[in-house]
Amino acid sequence: MSEVKPRIRLPRSVKAGQAAEVKTLVSHVMETGLRKDSSGNIIPRMIINRFTCEYGGEMVVDMALEGAISANPYVEFDIMVGDATDVVFTWYEDGGAVYTQTEQLTIG
Amino acid sequence: MKTFTLSKLMASAAICAVALTSAAHADPHPDAELIIDGELKLNVRAEAPAHLDGALPELYSGWLFRTDETRALQMDDFENPAILAVEAGAELWETAQGATDQSCADCHGDAAESMKGVRASMPKVNENGDLWSMEDYVMNCQTTRMEAEPYGWNSSDMRNLTSFISMQSRGMPVDVAIDGAAAPFWEKGKEMYYTRFGQLELSCANCHEDSWGMMIRADHLSQGQINGFPTYRLKNAGMVSIHNRFRGCIRDTRAESFAIGSQEFRELELYVASRGNGLAVEGVAVRQ
Repeated sequence: MSEVKPRIRLPRSVKAGQAAEVKTLVSHVMETGLRKDSSGNIIPRMIINRFTCEYGGEMVVDMALEGAISANPYVEFDIMVGDATDVVFTWYEDGGAVYTQTEQLTIG
Repeated sequence: MKTFTLSKLMASAAICAVALTSAAHADPHPDAELIIDGELKLNVRAEAPAHLDGALPELYSGWLFRTDETRALQMDDFENPAILAVEAGAELWETAQGATDQSCADCHGDAAESMKGVRASMPKVNENGDLWSMEDYVMNCQTTRMEAEPYGWNSSDMRNLTSFISMQSRGMPVDVAIDGAAAPFWEKGKEMYYTRFGQLELSCANCHEDSWGMMIRADHLSQGQINGFPTYRLKNAGMVSIHNRFRGCIRDTRAESFAIGSQEFRELELYVASRGNGLAVEGVAVRQ
């Protein structure tokens, strides 16, 4: 489960002007940087430190994550649906890696 | 004065007795139903099998003893953290191993067909007359057919793979054989179930047969059913195998526990599984 793999679930369809429930989960070890391996060396911190969601080009969620957040962080929130359909999710990892996934809302 | 104190004591003793009686079997959830993603219903209640001889009035999955929040996690595959292990196991299923460079799928094909019902019937007696758990079958395949280094019994690869295999039986009733060649193992497992262990002198039955529904400190005692294993435990933030749970339980009686993968635990696994014959295999459950 060491691989970083984002998962997203949007409602099957939503109406403009309503709230859409968005569920996100990313598989990640969230290594705190406080643990030691069997030979006593500190395991370096490796966490997702920031998560963002942009809807229709506008930032709707920008979240800072810290070392106390457990593995495979799950984030759930609502977005107010307008005309746009593009929802862009981004996870920022320690060390500079960035994972992005784009999903389409079905409005109808 | 003395008489007064005595009668007061007796009165409070009476109150205690009443309180204890009403607290006994502070039941599992009366009407919750386990429906995954609004589609697949899993039987979390079942008629007690005949071999229990009235020891349990009805079978209840451990799911019914957990909090609303924990139960909700298992009702949605997106929120169920154990699904990550299932996905990792699905990858292992396709991964070639060992000198023969073969994967599980090369022989067994589509797990949805070939592994359907496997969890529901484990552990069982193999062709040589030994009682084997699912882990034994996996390790045997790895050593004799794939000529690979077997996963450790309790390794994360093994737990991921058994999670994936168990998922193929989700919804099927637990149905382990206890007669024929399995009978002597079952008898030993039963004896172990009723044997008191450790400084606390507790048997499995003391908690899970005599006292299910009651609180043991902050924990709501279930019937100790294993139909939900491998289980994601929030406490461990990871998958827990049946034998690992047995080891934890016996350790908590302050006993020197048996080893994971030991013959004793295989026999206990058979007996405990048979106490849940009829409950749905939950594939991968979520517990506290």
